[in-house]
Amino acid sequence: MTSPSVAVDPSAKVDPGPPPRKSRPAQRLLHNIGWYGSALLLFLFIAVPIYLIFVSAVSTREAFFAYPKALIPTPDTISLANIELLFTTPGVIDAFWRSVIVGVITVVLALGVGAPAGYAIARFAFRGRDGYRLVVLATRAFPIVILSIPLAVTFRNFGIDDSVIGVAIVHTALTLPFVILITSSVFVSIPRELEEAAQTLGCSPWRAFLKISLPLALPGLVAAAIFTWVLSWNDVFAASILTVINQTLPAKILVGLSAAPPALRFAAGFILLVPSLIVIFIIRRYLLGLWGRVVK
Amino acid sequence: MTKRRRVAPYLLLFPSAAFLIFFFAIPMLQSFALGFQDRDGNWSLDTFSRMLSDPNFLSALQTTLILLILVIPIQFVLAMAMALIINKRLKGTSLWLYVFALPLAISELAAGLVWLSIFTQRGWLNSVLQSLGIIDVPITWLSAENQWLLIGTILVAEAWRATSIIMIILVAGLQSIPDEYLEAAEVYGASLWQRVRRVILPMLRPSLQVALILRVILAIQVFATVVTLAGTALTTMANEAFTWATEILDDNMAAAYASVILLLSIVSTIAVLWLLPVKDEQQA
Repeated sequence: MTSPSVAVDPSAKVDPGPPPRKSRPAQRLLHNIGWYGSALLLFLFIAVPIYLIFVSAVSTREAFFAYPKALIPTPDTISLANIELLFTTPGVIDAFWRSVIVGVITVVLALGVGAPAGYAIARFAFRGRDGYRLVVLATRAFPIVILSIPLAVTFRNFGIDDSVIGVAIVHTALTLPFVILITSSVFVSIPRELEEAAQTLGCSPWRAFLKISLPLALPGLVAAAIFTWVLSWNDVFAASILTVINQTLPAKILVGLSAAPPALRFAAGFILLVPSLIVIFIIRRYLLGLWGRVVK
Repeated sequence: MTKRRRVAPYLLLFPSAAFLIFFFAIPMLQSFALGFQDRDGNWSLDTFSRMLSDPNFLSALQTTLILLILVIPIQFVLAMAMALIINKRLKGTSLWLYVFALPLAISELAAGLVWLSIFTQRGWLNSVLQSLGIIDVPITWLSAENQWLLIGTILVAEAWRATSIIMIILVAGLQSIPDEYLEAAEVYGASLWQRVRRVILPMLRPSLQVALILRVILAIQVFATVVTLAGTALTTMANEAFTWATEILDDNMAAAYASVILLLSIVSTIAVLWLLPVKDEQQA
């Protein structure tokens, strides 16, 4: 308790007030060097390994086996021979297309089943909404290990073991929680009033959705679809457990890994990586808005 | 109309709920059931006791936990640094964000192969060290003889691959902290470290909690990076489940391992919720 009558000693450090911002040029420069320097280091940590596997994948035989290797390829050390060899290895091209197709089926199934749920969570207030959201959140990080093993047994009984559709079903289970959360955050970002206005003007709810919300949601939904596809493309555990002959590309690579010559392994690593570079580029605008929000 | 509005959400939820029951809930129960049956399908603890006496069980559990405990702090420090850089809005933020986020879509297998090209005997790391004259003969980074070195290489690969998901969650969390808070702290002369410790970390708690749960559960399932870098020299829980399912063709043992993975996930989630509670008013 301080009494208001106490005389203020001007020399006492009572309230220094906001000190002037540090803005001397030298300090400012140092400050910037610190920030940009750390950004650059982290940038290099992520980017350099990607560059190196690219160089490994497109090296000629001689350049590949040279030691020490040249960090910067020249026109006569570049060749597509390794990648060609990879795709002419029996079964690889089939596995590649199988991976693409499994991904497409997964996208169709996961969005077909998940997007309506995402819409319901975003648009309706109903009993059990928070509970359902919580269940979906809980399944998001669910170990795929525990799904693949019993489903492999079940699929055998239904005669869809070692099949594209079987893998796609497991990938749908794997991606469904993510799709529900992300589509709901897409629909939340579209003002509900627009839909309501259309309905007041005589549109049926379905037509209002189709004509108003869907076109606005489309870019976000496409981003979700693209990311779902890459999640399927990336899965190696479930695909390897569920397939024996009809392998997806990662499963094929994993099984052949120990026997494959190094040049082939790195070409495979690069081919597996390419879609991720493209996918993140396409969806980069949605990363923070959608991905960031989804997890909260 | 109002009745329709009452029924509509449930109709929309139905397909996903059905899917989750058939392909999530039932397989999970089946997995436990498989674990509690012997190979002839009779109920017994035989499979679990076989697993516990399996020499690989303890080493798989040990490797999984060591990787988990070491990788999580590394990833959170890196992710926090990336998130602060993005939040600082330096020039070229969209480029920084693109590159930091790239590994989000990179698979475990691809990441393992990328780092294999670096750590292998005549790989990039030895190439660079030798060109610079730091070493005379290639160092063997990946050898069963030196398991800690192997674990180190896996940690690097995992930190590279799986930090972006944490970064995205933290950036989103940072953006929800009002600028005034940080400006006020800065105006009063708080250093970066003080701002992180006193303002950012407490306010980021909900994001940190979510990121931690997600990352820990995924780390317990670590698989393909270990296979590509360590081959058979190290084994993890997911690795064992995989081997029993695909090579030994013993679904019961595979399911028993999978059940332990699920159990570890649940226990660690509870531990995170208990160690890092989020007050109700902080919930997003």
